[in-house]
Amino acid sequence: MTAPGCGASRSPVFQSNGTPVSLSRFFDNRNVLGLLFMLPAGALLIVFLTYPLGLGTWLGFTDAKIGRDGVWVGLDNFEFLFGDSVARLSLFNTLFYTVVASILKFVLGLWLAMLLNKNLPFKAFLRAIVLLPFIVPTALSAIAFWWLYDAQFSVLSWALTKAGLITTYVDFLGEPWLARLSTIAANVWRGVPFVAITLLAGLQTIPASLYEAASLDGATEWQRFWYITLPMLTPIIAVVMTFSVLFTFTDFQLIYVLTRGGPLNSTHLMATLSFQRAIPGGALGEGAALATAMVPFLLAAILFSYFGLQRRAWQQGASDK
Amino acid sequence: MSTNRRDFLKLSAGVAAGTAAAGVGGEALAQGKGAPALKLNPEKGAKLRVLRWKRFVQGDEDQYMKNVAAFTKATGVEVRVDSESWEDVRPKAAVAANVGSGPDIILGTFDDPNLYPDKLLDVTDVANYLAAKYGGFYDVCKQYLFQKNRWIALPLGCAGNCLVYRESHVKAAGFSGVPKDMAGFLELCKALKAKGTPPGFALGNATGDGNSWTHWLVWAFGGKMVDAKNNVVINSPETIKALEYAAELYKTFAPGTLSWLDPNNNKAFLDGQISLTANGISVYYASKTSTDPKIKELAGDIQHANMPIGPVGHPTELNLFFNQMIFKYTKYPQAAKAFLQFMMEKEQYEVWQQQAIGYVTQPLKYYESNSIWTVDPKHTPYRDAMKVMQAHGHAGTMGYSSAQTMADFVMVNMVAEAASGSKTPKEAAERAEKRAQRYYKV
Repeated sequence: MTAPGCGASRSPVFQSNGTPVSLSRFFDNRNVLGLLFMLPAGALLIVFLTYPLGLGTWLGFTDAKIGRDGVWVGLDNFEFLFGDSVARLSLFNTLFYTVVASILKFVLGLWLAMLLNKNLPFKAFLRAIVLLPFIVPTALSAIAFWWLYDAQFSVLSWALTKAGLITTYVDFLGEPWLARLSTIAANVWRGVPFVAITLLAGLQTIPASLYEAASLDGATEWQRFWYITLPMLTPIIAVVMTFSVLFTFTDFQLIYVLTRGGPLNSTHLMATLSFQRAIPGGALGEGAALATAMVPFLLAAILFSYFGLQRRAWQQGASDK
Repeated sequence: MSTNRRDFLKLSAGVAAGTAAAGVGGEALAQGKGAPALKLNPEKGAKLRVLRWKRFVQGDEDQYMKNVAAFTKATGVEVRVDSESWEDVRPKAAVAANVGSGPDIILGTFDDPNLYPDKLLDVTDVANYLAAKYGGFYDVCKQYLFQKNRWIALPLGCAGNCLVYRESHVKAAGFSGVPKDMAGFLELCKALKAKGTPPGFALGNATGDGNSWTHWLVWAFGGKMVDAKNNVVINSPETIKALEYAAELYKTFAPGTLSWLDPNNNKAFLDGQISLTANGISVYYASKTSTDPKIKELAGDIQHANMPIGPVGHPTELNLFFNQMIFKYTKYPQAAKAFLQFMMEKEQYEVWQQQAIGYVTQPLKYYESNSIWTVDPKHTPYRDAMKVMQAHGHAGTMGYSSAQTMADFVMVNMVAEAASGSKTPKEAAERAEKRAQRYYKV
């Protein structure tokens, strides 16, 4: 408030409580306030997210080694990796691992969600049990799988032998393709609950009236799934599969515990190879470049689920344009 | 060689340690009487932080901590010791070197100090003092830690890697012991396989066990990653011979070795599924100290031997080398040096070796006379681990290239590819050559 009685030539500078007027106005401004309130979160994001990501990306363009600062080398690291058979193999492994594991997780997760959505006895208990693989720390479940897949002590091989189905133990992690599939199985086991529980939440938001109306129209169970359940679920599928793909693509712990990338580098993912090159190998720049090389793939996965699965027209019963 | 050693031991037996003056191959092994003293004065109020690799045998850690307590008592310097799995020490040490803060002393492995020599405190005075007093360091210590006329870190020892075998199985296969030559060794493995008690050596990405035995094998035939000038020479007729041998040897292995990581051979051996492997003394230790009567009984049947010697005519083993680094950023360089000096002195080091039943082989020749090596003949092969080993960057110099080549399992992968038949020896060697050239290009 301006103090009355002041001449126009002497504009008031202070309020009665001593706060400068311009400052008070400044703080009353909604934009300024908004900015101020966002500052703490912004600072956290910059310090803990943007800076490390930026630093990692920058390192990828340098020849930094452990204990030695790097100099800018442009695309050298990327060229090196492109010519490196192990790095190319790790790219293939990562794509194969992500695609197969994600599809399996989606199909099994959706199936499990639909089962859990039915009126089962001990419903709450069963739903809690299903979450267990997701709750157990990855490193621990990986160790359990390491024993399950052990060339000498595998309980799976033991059971199959006792049942008379095989005569020699299965070398789950010793044969390249078998090792790839075995690690995928472990990843799927761990990832399914996340997909299932999230989709279950989505299923419960679908109004029962839609199903009733469909029943009256004589829709079969398949038609109800195809024309009601799936379209209504797509937004949540988009979100859950984006996360699932991101988690799978960047998986590290499972491989590190199970195989360290072996046998013959057939299970090395980009994340594990990046660590191996950067930390035990000391080539920070090369490891960072490998990690940076994952970003375009991750972005592509996000864009795909964002634009590919958010098909609003289809959800509303029309066909896509 | 062994006759000499035995003679030496006979000579020195009963003679109080520290006064004996005996020699092997002209080298003075006695505790140097006239060695110049090294008096270090820890800074007032000094406190030290030590990061070390987590023990493989419990006795090691227990005694190490007792020695630390003795140091604190003697000097008043407080010492805090943290331990991490040995493979995790490298990144931590690297971060410490990079940011210039962290533990004052780090007990690392292999060529860590060669990655950041400028960040480390010169410990030449301590090294010279110890060398003069305790019969000198083995040559391999110099290869690892002596650079530009100075010691960049102090050797601590190595975890010896020997052949660990079941005596009864080897006898049942028609052998009195492990043959010392490559052809005989292959025959033994074939015979063991035929008896249903196969050998097994790790061929997965096993940082310790995989690297140890595959380097030994290739070196034994004269193959090597690089020459003295760091030129990559792995694709050689010698390597091909080694890989052909590996393919023959692999046929005798227990199933699944391609996926084996460091713990697998220990488990399989203790369970009686393999009767011959390469490992530290930890299998024997685990068996001896086990509460399971079945595993405890196994200890009586476990025997050790050094790896056979190949056509090159001399031992070519690779063992897990341990170093002790003091970082320049330490506020208490004198205290840190005094700590390392104290821990390497006879009063501490010998008991430490004894409590770890010889898990760590000494870098100083004098400690060959430690009674731990003879109190149980099964310990004896581990005594020579430092003497029979070559540095992993053999025959070149240590640094980023050697570290990267080993960390990327170039040698292990090459042997695994050829052994399993997924590539011919020639293809495997060519691939290893290409991979190594990338690391040695600078």
